[in-house]
Amino acid sequence: MVAPQILLPGDRFMTTPAISVRALTKRFGDITAVHGISFSVEEGRVSALLGGNGAGKTTTISMLLGLLTPSSGEVRIHDIDMVADRYRALPMMNFSSPYVDLPHRLSVRENLRVYADLYGVPQPRRRIDELAGALDLEDLLGRRTGQLSAGQKTRVALAKALINRPRVLLLDEPTASLDPDSADWVRTYLEDYARAEGATILLASHNMAEVERLCDRVLMMRAGAIVDRGSPSSLLARYGRSTLDDVFLDIARDRAAPEGEAA
Amino acid sequence: MNGGTARRMFALVRRYMYLLRGSWPRILELAYWPTVQMVVWGFVTQFFVGHSTWVANAAGVLIGAVLLWDVLFRGQMGFSLCFLEEMWSRNLGHLFVSPLRPWEMIGAAMIMSLVRTCVGLAPSWVLAWVLFEFSVLSYGPGIVAFFTCLSVMGWGIGMTVTAMVIRFGLGAESLAWVAIFAFAPISAVYYPVSTLPGWLQPVAWATPSAYVFEGMRAVMVDGVFRADLLAGAVVVNVIYLAIGATVFAAAFASARSNGKLLQVGE
Repeated sequence: MVAPQILLPGDRFMTTPAISVRALTKRFGDITAVHGISFSVEEGRVSALLGGNGAGKTTTISMLLGLLTPSSGEVRIHDIDMVADRYRALPMMNFSSPYVDLPHRLSVRENLRVYADLYGVPQPRRRIDELAGALDLEDLLGRRTGQLSAGQKTRVALAKALINRPRVLLLDEPTASLDPDSADWVRTYLEDYARAEGATILLASHNMAEVERLCDRVLMMRAGAIVDRGSPSSLLARYGRSTLDDVFLDIARDRAAPEGEAA
Repeated sequence: MNGGTARRMFALVRRYMYLLRGSWPRILELAYWPTVQMVVWGFVTQFFVGHSTWVANAAGVLIGAVLLWDVLFRGQMGFSLCFLEEMWSRNLGHLFVSPLRPWEMIGAAMIMSLVRTCVGLAPSWVLAWVLFEFSVLSYGPGIVAFFTCLSVMGWGIGMTVTAMVIRFGLGAESLAWVAIFAFAPISAVYYPVSTLPGWLQPVAWATPSAYVFEGMRAVMVDGVFRADLLAGAVVVNVIYLAIGATVFAAAFASARSNGKLLQVGE
């Protein structure tokens, strides 16, 4: 008789990756935006896609969401094939991005209610109030989304991204337009959310301090390829730099190729 | 239709109702043009009643045609506007990473098309009765068939127009306003199909609207409801819906392939 296995908080070897990407490629005509990238993100981890403008971060995130069909390769979310069966995975995912917006003429509460219904959130009013409390949106719920400041809109977009308590959260520039205090506060919220819900977060960011604080692992992209990967500390050590900003510049400018294997 | 589908469709209907409810100018705009059209054609009818035997024998034939034409126009616009609203507000990316299926959005757009048509046309239908003693109920049960056939035709055209806008971007949005008018000359709205040149008549019979307006005249002039014309409208409508759905599916697949769902916006 086989004894039941008990998984401890540190045990990750038994789990299927929450995000698994294999040989993912996207071509737009003659241009290859993403070149056969492969990576995986384990459940409950926070990882970052880093790279300059045009590195392929948003294209990669769009393919992970099924919003963009890959030219070739495979994306699996909790072992569900996103090309063939995305509607099975989408209820447990969500995202926010500066490239999309919420309807400006609807109030914050109305927007959140629509998305709560789309995701089938039980007790939507309670969930909206809960998020409004957590993200300091209580005074904004009755206001039209178009009347909000950029920072307030970012927080509303985050509330929409969390409305269904996603197990996989994809965030494109999650703290863009926020002042340092609000940004710090949102990062703390995301840290707490990932820990409390065991959620997997993949974020694209240009903010190195944010990446260093939130992420277990960094995927460095340049010209559609993953050129390096590892924990923030291992990247710092490998490049002999004291900040991720400097590592980012080394990679973006194709300087000082690291020696040894990527982590 | 399972519970999830209905919930997601009505989530979108809720979104469009929020928008409609929050803007009195939008509601007024819906009713404004049909009412103006009806009043103009009402007076034209009154004039022709004294000068045309044909109109005198069927006094509501012109005003009825105006009211039914607006069912087609509003039906198509009401459908297309749902997608345009999402593109204007750059919301398609959010919608299509939610569990919402494209055909559920089409279903919601159809429901909103009916809502917008009813909200827009109700004042003109009431005014037609008050000012010109013309009631759409004079079509008898046929009004349900006429209304349904014209709405469905509007959805078929709306799907095709929306597909064009998804495929070519908001530069093609004016199609939503003008596409329907290409059907006006061949829909036999104010005159019988037999008035058209012989070579154009088969083209007219390829529109569901020609069957509907011929059917309307049969009720108004001859006092008979022609089931054969209704059957013709239904058959051609099925073809319109099939074409619309196919073109929409192809445009949606293309948008997913070339990244338009994330980029589309003002």
